[in-house]
Amino acid sequence: MKLVMVGNGMAGARTLEELIKLAPDLYDITVFGAEPYANYNRILLSPVLAGEQTIGDIMLNGVDWYAEHGIKLRLGSQVTRIERKRRRIETANGIVAGYDRLLLATGSNPVILPVPGHELPGVITYRDIHDTHTMIEAAATHRDAVVIGGGLLGLEAANGLKLRGMNVTVVHLADWLMERQLDRVAGNLLQKSLEDRGLAFRIKAQTKELIGAPSAENGRVCAVRIVDSDGIEETLPADLVVMAAGIRPNTALAESAGLHCSRGIVVDDTLQTFDPRIYAIGECVNHRGVAYGLVAPLFEMAKVCANHLALHGIGRYTGSVTATKLKVTGIDLFSAGAFTGGPECEEIVLSDPFGGVYKKLVIKDDKLVGGVLYGDTVDGSWYFKLLREGRNVSDIRDRLMFGEANLGDTGHQGQNRAMTMAPSDEVCGCNGVCKETIVKAIKEKGLFTLDDVRKHTKASSSCGSCTGLVEQLLMATAGGDYSAAPKMKAVCGCTDYTHQQVRDAIRDQHLLTIPAAMRFLEWRTPNGCATCRPALNYYLISTWPHEAKDDPQSRFINERAHANIQKDGTFSVVPRIWGGETNSSELRRIADVVDKYQIRTVKVTGGQRIDLLGVKKQDLPAVWHDLGMPSGHAYAKALRTVKTCVGSEWCRFGTQDSTQMGKDLERALWRMYAPHKVKLAVSGCPRNCAESGIKDVGVIGVDSGWEIYVAGNGGIKTEVAQFLVRVKTGAEVLEYAGAFLQLYREEGWYLERTVHYVARVGLDHVKKVVVDDAAARRALYERLQFALDGEPDPWHEPDRAGIDRRQYVPLALLPA
Amino acid sequence: MDRWTRICRLDELPVLGARVVDRPGAGNVAVFRTATDRVFALRDRCPHEGGPLSQGIVYGERVACPLHNWNIDLKSGCAIAPDEGCVQSIPVRVDAGVVYLGVRADQPAPAILQVGADD
Repeated sequence: MKLVMVGNGMAGARTLEELIKLAPDLYDITVFGAEPYANYNRILLSPVLAGEQTIGDIMLNGVDWYAEHGIKLRLGSQVTRIERKRRRIETANGIVAGYDRLLLATGSNPVILPVPGHELPGVITYRDIHDTHTMIEAAATHRDAVVIGGGLLGLEAANGLKLRGMNVTVVHLADWLMERQLDRVAGNLLQKSLEDRGLAFRIKAQTKELIGAPSAENGRVCAVRIVDSDGIEETLPADLVVMAAGIRPNTALAESAGLHCSRGIVVDDTLQTFDPRIYAIGECVNHRGVAYGLVAPLFEMAKVCANHLALHGIGRYTGSVTATKLKVTGIDLFSAGAFTGGPECEEIVLSDPFGGVYKKLVIKDDKLVGGVLYGDTVDGSWYFKLLREGRNVSDIRDRLMFGEANLGDTGHQGQNRAMTMAPSDEVCGCNGVCKETIVKAIKEKGLFTLDDVRKHTKASSSCGSCTGLVEQLLMATAGGDYSAAPKMKAVCGCTDYTHQQVRDAIRDQHLLTIPAAMRFLEWRTPNGCATCRPALNYYLISTWPHEAKDDPQSRFINERAHANIQKDGTFSVVPRIWGGETNSSELRRIADVVDKYQIRTVKVTGGQRIDLLGVKKQDLPAVWHDLGMPSGHAYAKALRTVKTCVGSEWCRFGTQDSTQMGKDLERALWRMYAPHKVKLAVSGCPRNCAESGIKDVGVIGVDSGWEIYVAGNGGIKTEVAQFLVRVKTGAEVLEYAGAFLQLYREEGWYLERTVHYVARVGLDHVKKVVVDDAAARRALYERLQFALDGEPDPWHEPDRAGIDRRQYVPLALLPA
Repeated sequence: MDRWTRICRLDELPVLGARVVDRPGAGNVAVFRTATDRVFALRDRCPHEGGPLSQGIVYGERVACPLHNWNIDLKSGCAIAPDEGCVQSIPVRVDAGVVYLGVRADQPAPAILQVGADD
């Protein structure tokens, strides 16, 4: 089939990239671009104008990229006509090309104010490489510039021209600068700091006329006449006038072909126009009444459009929340969402006009709906993430204004400002990736999303604690609007469905096997990948216990072999020691096993158990047998340990028998698989020696009974557990803790720890079900007991546990 | 039969899984079976940090290394971009439900025969 693309900008080229990934050979592709350049990063024209980057730096796909993928590239060819009946297009230079599918990516045109003199030489817009060159040349030979329009683009142009030595005045019609992205306070702060850099402003001023020099001097523009809000006229000298008064979707070609247009080419959620053979994407479209002018939404569109062009037919574009960042070096400014507030909105404001810092966060129904940051934008990406996810922020409201770093971090020396880091500073502690490597990859490989950076550099791909830093680097390097990931993240590349959608489908459709789930959800790959299969397997067995059958081949090796793989390919073995209390015969058996199997390292774990490291896989069954102790599940997304202090039996301060409580909890909950590992602790008094405050479920004995805390975490981000309830008896501890964990098992997303689960659904939701509603709590606990009933110990009942025991026996080369 | 050495029956390999062939002194071989019963063999060493590929999750015609999740193409032995690196692939043949490796049993290393990698 033949695919013709009109327009070779960022949206179009991105669609082709996505399409080639999905269906490399489906189409014979021809691209027509009016500009004489291959695909470049239009957003980075401002740094080029400012002299901080070159055109070479901002190329995304060179001519060779097109050749490499067999795409015919026709540069400098403007398409002038679409003949829909004959399914072909025609260019100004006489090329005719037929199509089966047509993709319109014609972008937008700058608005040219129809004032007298707008056609004079020296009057330009700011849109492409040509305009940028014109400005650079003018700056070298002329002195005075006027920029009409104090929006994002106008200010970037003004800043660039100023840096190139011109006297620049910005004429702006509205009451303050960037009124579509900033509130009045931030707009005024911005104006002040730009004035400090030598820019001049005429606010609330209208352009009346552009005045040309006498024709002896080629009739070039020489002045701009403006009138302010009081009606007073002024004439500004101008050898260069840049019109930056907005953009308008470029729909001329589509309209001439009779396609339905209305402030953009009207498309549906699959980016299809009213002619089913014709798709449109990017700044030229009107989707649900919105025309986007930022790059992140275009990339979301590209993904969906490519999917439909590839005939996969999955995915809908449902609109984007956008964020803006001004690319003027040294000025930090960020805005997103409904920053102006409105009825039923609450605002949190931090204002330090002398320090040049202003922050406003707009909250509605306990969710962040918008914000403006000026002077300190390091938390922009974090706020934007909260905004997109619609996360309930009531629990962090009091600290929200002070940023993500205020919530605690480990692993990168408390570093939280990517911009102040040296190039050689480490960003990702897990994979040893430094700032320089990430910035280089973003620039050279044209990376746009967090996922891209993860794939190419491995940064942020392990524990994820540096995700915020990487997003900051993306923002700063690639331009602000890039960092925006899709609002809802798909499970993996095999599907567009989210974890929640997959969970819901498995429950609603009573799906029992991985193939059935993949079939129903139209998985793109025949048997998934190493990311989705473990997730699907967990969702199936947790939703339908005793019905869905566990699939060991869809489990990570640790859960398949029931031991932890180590870097040298050997395994570690951690037997269960109930509540951390052991005895001489267990210790003797452990010692004998260590000698018999020549186990190199014996280590006490943080969870009050003993780890035997360096066991060969073929020895595992015999080691388990000789130990004669239950599996500790130290290898599984399951209940790990219940840490305890000695409690009232021995401790002179103890108020409750925490060791017995811990043992009871562990016996009630062991063999419990969960979205992620689960750790418990029980302390016998508020001195809390078992560190209950940083556990998934932490129990603390008090004189009158027990306090239960949930959703703590001692890992990447230390998170203090939140108080759930106080109860009187041990039986109640079991029921409340069990009910909470069952709720997490049923609602959590795979690899989501309790802390993230509770942050997502809100502690109120948990309390409503587990604390306030006794019937719901009992039902949850009963479902947990039902799920655990008869669950085998994999070490001692391998056949019932469905273990493929052949894995422990290596094959040998057999004689013929 | 000196070119091909028998290792096991096809049904002794788990579907979407792998087994290890122990070759003392010559480096282990991982033998994979896909959902469509295609069989591949690679040296059991990820080109990244030497992880045992035989322990990874098999999907399509790829395996994900258990140590750091590099994805390796079973046919070529090469890492999926953007990762770079290859592990030696070893000829393997399935005949009448029996799996044969293209290595000689009597000459451990370096005894991998230079024959086509197709099955």
